[in-house]
Amino acid sequence: MTVTHTAHGAAEHALPWWRRYIFSMDHKVIGIQYLFTSMFMAVLGGFLAMLIRMQLGFPTAKFYWAQWLFPGGFANNQIKPDFYLAVVTMHGTIMIFFVLTTALSGGFGNFLIPLQIGARDMAFPFLNMMSYWLYPPAIIVLLASFFVTGGAASAGWTAYPPLSALRNAVPGSQVGQTLWLISLAILIVAFLFGSLNYITTILQLRTRGMSFTRLPLTIWGLFVTAILMLFSFPVLLAGAIMLLFDRTAGTSFFVPGGLVVGNQLVQHTGGNPLLWQHLFWFLGHPEVYVLILPPMGIVSEVMATNARKPIFGYIFMVGSIIAIAFLSFLVWGHHMFISGMNPLLGTGFMVTTLAIAIPSAIKTFNWLATLWRAKIRFHTSMLFAIGFISLFVTGGLTGIFLGSPAIDIYVQDTFFVVAHFHFVMASAALFGIFAGTYHWFPKMFGRMMNERLGRIHFWLTFVGIYATFFPMHFAGIAGMMRRIFSVSIYQHLQGLAWVNIFISLAAFLLGAAQLIFIYNLFRSIFRGPRAERNPWQATTLEWEADSPPPHGNFGPQLPEVHRWPHDFSVPGAPADFIPQTVPAGAVPAAVHGGSEESES
Amino acid sequence: MPPQTLEVRPRTPAPPIDIDRFSGGGGGGADPMRPGTAPASIAVWLLVASVTILFAAFTSTYLARRAESDWIVGPLPVALYVSTTLLLLSSVVLEWARRQGGRGRLEALRWGLGVATVLGAGFLAAQVAAWRQLAALGVFLSTNPHSAFFYLFTGAHALHVTGGLLGLLYALTEARRAPTADLALQTVDPATTFWHFLGGLWVYLFLMLFVL
Amino acid sequence: MMPPGETDRAATRTAARNLSLGILLMVVVGGVGSFLIARARWWLPPEASTQAVEIDRLFYTTLAVTGIAFVLVHVLLALFVWQGGRRERAEHFAEHNTLELTYTLVPTAILVTLIAMGSVVWARVHQPAPADALLVEVRAEQFGWLFRYPGADGAFGRYEARLINTRTNPIGLDPADPAGRDDIVVRELHLVANRTVHVRLRSKDVIHSFFIPTFRVKQDAVPGMILNVVFTPNRAGHYEIACAELCGVGHYIMRGKITVEPQQAFDSWLASQAPAAP
Repeated sequence: MTVTHTAHGAAEHALPWWRRYIFSMDHKVIGIQYLFTSMFMAVLGGFLAMLIRMQLGFPTAKFYWAQWLFPGGFANNQIKPDFYLAVVTMHGTIMIFFVLTTALSGGFGNFLIPLQIGARDMAFPFLNMMSYWLYPPAIIVLLASFFVTGGAASAGWTAYPPLSALRNAVPGSQVGQTLWLISLAILIVAFLFGSLNYITTILQLRTRGMSFTRLPLTIWGLFVTAILMLFSFPVLLAGAIMLLFDRTAGTSFFVPGGLVVGNQLVQHTGGNPLLWQHLFWFLGHPEVYVLILPPMGIVSEVMATNARKPIFGYIFMVGSIIAIAFLSFLVWGHHMFISGMNPLLGTGFMVTTLAIAIPSAIKTFNWLATLWRAKIRFHTSMLFAIGFISLFVTGGLTGIFLGSPAIDIYVQDTFFVVAHFHFVMASAALFGIFAGTYHWFPKMFGRMMNERLGRIHFWLTFVGIYATFFPMHFAGIAGMMRRIFSVSIYQHLQGLAWVNIFISLAAFLLGAAQLIFIYNLFRSIFRGPRAERNPWQATTLEWEADSPPPHGNFGPQLPEVHRWPHDFSVPGAPADFIPQTVPAGAVPAAVHGGSEESES
Repeated sequence: MPPQTLEVRPRTPAPPIDIDRFSGGGGGGADPMRPGTAPASIAVWLLVASVTILFAAFTSTYLARRAESDWIVGPLPVALYVSTTLLLLSSVVLEWARRQGGRGRLEALRWGLGVATVLGAGFLAAQVAAWRQLAALGVFLSTNPHSAFFYLFTGAHALHVTGGLLGLLYALTEARRAPTADLALQTVDPATTFWHFLGGLWVYLFLMLFVL
Repeated sequence: MMPPGETDRAATRTAARNLSLGILLMVVVGGVGSFLIARARWWLPPEASTQAVEIDRLFYTTLAVTGIAFVLVHVLLALFVWQGGRRERAEHFAEHNTLELTYTLVPTAILVTLIAMGSVVWARVHQPAPADALLVEVRAEQFGWLFRYPGADGAFGRYEARLINTRTNPIGLDPADPAGRDDIVVRELHLVANRTVHVRLRSKDVIHSFFIPTFRVKQDAVPGMILNVVFTPNRAGHYEIACAELCGVGHYIMRGKITVEPQQAFDSWLASQAPAAP
């Protein structure tokens, strides 16, 4: 589909439907494919979360329908401990790699990058299509593991060896863990193809006048994210290959000698389990910024548009994105304070970890300053953007506890950690996705979403997230460990039954609220009122294209950029926004770095 | 919007870092639906970067493992000398071909490219021979830590060489179709970059496994 | 649906009020309030070691700092949201270096303080064990704990994985090593009140984590490594060991028992244990 264009035409050639909607090379179609596939996986991952909450909140209740659904995983209408671990592992894996990463980088990255930089498509459309089409096979391999002997991988999403390396250590380490590794390897290749494409596209295909200081912050977020992915995912790939060898070829990269598992002497010698943790977290920590930088960009833009104000401190915002990305490569050890790593390293990692709080604080206060003296439009996208700030702050602040190794001794591997990352990474990233979906839905489908349902969705989700994850702090402070099947065994957890019931009920509410979103989404795709070209009166280039944009995005001429993306409420201007394409002479341009003078 | 004249409030000057020099926001003129030379050569460097990181990750575990007391360096199969020679030769020929292309000599470019591809295939064959030599000596993947890393490194490298060969083959078909050497170089250039990188990577792996 | 941009002013004000109050009541009041309620029932277990006191102090300091930041940011957010619904036109400003410098430097100063405090406690926790510390080996396995005291000679006997027999020789002691003859292997950990313990922590199979909530002690037990854990229980009583690292199907039942008692009681208990010599 790429070369069907003449230089001055956006006429779509009559391609068979499967080339247009299935094996499409159009970045918009690929982006939407990524979003829908991620949504499917999110429903699945969310359902697994409900199973977890069923067990933790109501350990004695009987779930006849679940027994019917998972005859192997349930006994006596109650979940079995080994299946519970598989569910926990798959929930984490699916949500992090198969939902948030794919929706943000794959979905929004594909859809927005060419549109916002004024390009007709990605630099390598074929590679782009390949990138998407590696994703379904990865899903199939991952989900197939539920049906193999021993069930799905159950060593946690972090897959620490030897648990994940030895077949008789846990049932999921039989075939399931192998499939888990293969699935992840496929997905990593997809991510690498994607990042390669995004970076090249942003470097090379920006339209005339789109300098780096005029890039929308979403693009900045996605750009830096792509670099993070390109530099961190190969490390996980290396680890996955070695773990796969340890599992199937008898090597000993991560498995030491002298182990006895299930009364059998293990035949490995000399490996080191900590090496895997280093490799894993060298990816793992940048990965959480892969999940949070694009939402930061999305939120900045949604916020500026709906506050009718330029984002406060654009350069600082860009600078802090870069600073966070750079620091994220130096902090992986804070996941390993009590892992047996040298305590001196712990001190170093504490410094880098807490240093990351500084750019995060800058961003937070810049968002606040953006809202200060704004004229806010409370569209659903804006509600989610404001909610994002709250979640990011709440989750970020608990990170200060975890970044301090002495406190981490106590709270590591407890529900305090679970609460922390569900706020700062999971929920905040999810809010970024929702803000982006409500904001760009008109551009994606040419129709408007229902605002009333959107507001209901926001409130239930916002309340649901706080009700679900905030009490987890208390469970963690009381010492409740992660990934345990029941709180009824340990003495120090006896008082936590009611906390867990409350969390579970809130989680069910939160899960149910997402059905409203799904209903709204599909109803709006078919029945929503037609969207105009620029329904939010935004300034960036995608709003210059039709809704939805045709193949090739823009008309015969690519748009030319004359100003930064945040000329909102410029004093004296006739409207409260000036699109990026308006030349400086036409309206008073607020002079910003990289405006007309510096160009000629 | 109607033109108006109004006072402009001065704000921040341009940022101190000149991050725009990469392209100056240039794509506007040409139709970016058809990427020219530049995207491919940028992409190939990004590819080089990510493959470097992959092997850096392998290296870090290798160095950690090598420090243990039970470390022994395994036998060096003779076929490795052959393969190394072939790969380096292939790189030299390819570089010669590329320079010929730079002078507009399309025919020489095609020939050099073909020879380099054949030499590259020869490298893979010699690597397989090396594995067979080791297997004949009873050295397998799980025999000892060194052999595990040997097979891991050579295997991962061979996979990338296979990818590089496909790139060369693609460049070869493009060069046969291209009317001018300049056009041919659009694909030959990035393929060459990646091929040289694979050569360098091999020398590095060889030295690390057997010499250093 | 109303076309965007013509949203009714009253509706905007209502939305602003709702969101603002939602943030204030739910997040700030709810957040702070639930902490106050939780302190009564779902809170840090009692402190029973010297490092527990120090870690908790650091925890409370951090809680105060983050609590203030939490309230401050949310109150500002609620305020700006409230005002933002009433303004006729947004003000146009996009930069203020002093302001940005302020909120770069203030968090930096606070974090530097926290780092300094944190590293002191961290370093103290990792001090080497004194010579008179009670030496004990803790071995984690799926799904339980095994403890070994070196006996009168103060030295642990050699062990080998292939000698492990769950019933007769759970630790895999080598009968040829004389140092192992008086080793005492037990399933319950006994410690002496106010005497520093030097734990040599290892694992038989996969990674576990040696977690004693009341002592604020947690250290992964990594197969192939022997790790030193040093702490001083300061209150006699019965405590619990938990496993904090996912270690398999029985992760949730991997309890261990600790008794902290005066030196005499400990000595007589130890004397009553038979050596584990295979």
